[in-house]
Amino acid sequence: MGPRQTGGISMELRLKNLSHAYGGTEVLRDITLTIPEGRIVCIVGPSGCGKSTLLRMMGGLEQPDAGEILQVGSPPEGCLNPLTYVFQDFALLPWRSVEGNIALALEDHRLGRQKRQAIVADVLARTGLSDFAGALPRQLSGGMKQRVAIARALAVNPAVMLLDEPLSALDAQTRELLMDDLIGLWTRAPFTSVYVTHNLAEAVRLGHAIVVLSRRPGAIREMVEIAAPLEARDMADPVLAAKQQHLWELMRDEARAADAELADA
Amino acid sequence: MPEIRPVPFRGGGFRPQVRRWVGFVVFVLLIAIAEWGTRTGWISNLTLPRPSDVLATFAELWQSGLLAKHLSPSLSRLAVGAALGVSVGVSVGVLIGLFSYFRAGLVPVVAALFPIPKIALLPLFVIWFGIDEGSKYALIAFGTFTPTVVATYGAVDNVDRTLIRMGQSFGLTWWSIVRKIVLPGAMPGILSGLRISLAIAIILLVAAEMLGAEYGIGAYILEAGSLYDLERLFAGVVILSVLGVLVSSAITMIERRLLHWRG
Repeated sequence: MGPRQTGGISMELRLKNLSHAYGGTEVLRDITLTIPEGRIVCIVGPSGCGKSTLLRMMGGLEQPDAGEILQVGSPPEGCLNPLTYVFQDFALLPWRSVEGNIALALEDHRLGRQKRQAIVADVLARTGLSDFAGALPRQLSGGMKQRVAIARALAVNPAVMLLDEPLSALDAQTRELLMDDLIGLWTRAPFTSVYVTHNLAEAVRLGHAIVVLSRRPGAIREMVEIAAPLEARDMADPVLAAKQQHLWELMRDEARAADAELADA
Repeated sequence: MPEIRPVPFRGGGFRPQVRRWVGFVVFVLLIAIAEWGTRTGWISNLTLPRPSDVLATFAELWQSGLLAKHLSPSLSRLAVGAALGVSVGVSVGVLIGLFSYFRAGLVPVVAALFPIPKIALLPLFVIWFGIDEGSKYALIAFGTFTPTVVATYGAVDNVDRTLIRMGQSFGLTWWSIVRKIVLPGAMPGILSGLRISLAIAIILLVAAEMLGAEYGIGAYILEAGSLYDLERLFAGVVILSVLGVLVSSAITMIERRLLHWRG
């Protein structure tokens, strides 16, 4: 399985002057952003700032009113689905086993049974799920379900992984474990990724760059870069703590204002 | 000294639990009361036949070979009619669930057809499909069609949209999404609709046979009724009940097979 492990470095994503409104409500305003190859870009912002909408647009699940989203470069060899999501609520088919859920993403590609089984076995091994291949989603904990969803995303060897609050439905301990898993996966085979979250600790832990969106209409307030390598980040490090504090200061007023807004204005 | 007492339990209830033998006991009890009542004369023979007499009539029916003669045409009518109605109903229901034009065009039609007592249309069906089996198939098919359509498109509507979105995000073909996500997701709703549709099919089977059939459970019941032969009437009714129970447990078995993932 050697060649597949090289991961997805070769494509970047460019957003140009993206704007969007639902009905009369402007949700995104003039977003220009580049997702560089082999890096994790976190997008943080108060609830309702349009960060999930932005992510859905990046993967072509929603169309922006104005602006464009460009894929630059070609996806890596063996890539079956260049822009691949990991969803907050896992989106696993409850009637399929772990194996079946991963195979779902491969079945529409003419791979042949052996190749497909080899890919499934490989991603199960990489996510530590080999012993659960036959289990149904209802038998798994939230953390395991999200591991299955990550395995499914890895199976199609994506050029860009789009993670939509992947850890938000999990408890704090599981979240820590999965963050370690994600860091491990990235270190072994760096992938390009956009990671949407409202959790600043996750962003500081996983992001090479952190984009802070303002509340509705979502616009880029600031882009914070973190130079420390992912695998060496220690949350007790005062530099990281200062970054997180800075992010919180950026977000606090926005979050307070967003919290006080009527949901359906 | 403060008063010490245990916190009273207020939870519990509102949760159906399995009580296997209760249904059976209720059956036995009701039959025992009828038997006892008719034997002591507390229930007149004109009001209710004696259960043991019904059983004897049933045994006679079995031995004379008449049971098979009545049951086999009924079962084939039920099978053909229900198969037609359910398969067309599921297909139309899925189309309504998936395509806005089908929904806009067919939902009002189905709503208009649903409340029509299908038995009232039997004379019309006789002209359209002939006096023999054709009209009976059509009546049963038509009667099972409408509830199946309504249950099916409701079930398709209830399929988790995030799963469909997931399918799209992995680049699955339209047909793959329908086959692997929409249909299995709608299956619980389709099967519970089937329970109702098939019960309706049995009701319509008897109605169709009452209006023109030489053999069949309906014809048998009608004949017994017109002679005021309560034992035979009840023997026929018992066959229908047993049929209903068998159909329902068949669906339970299918559910257990297809929906084992629900746990």
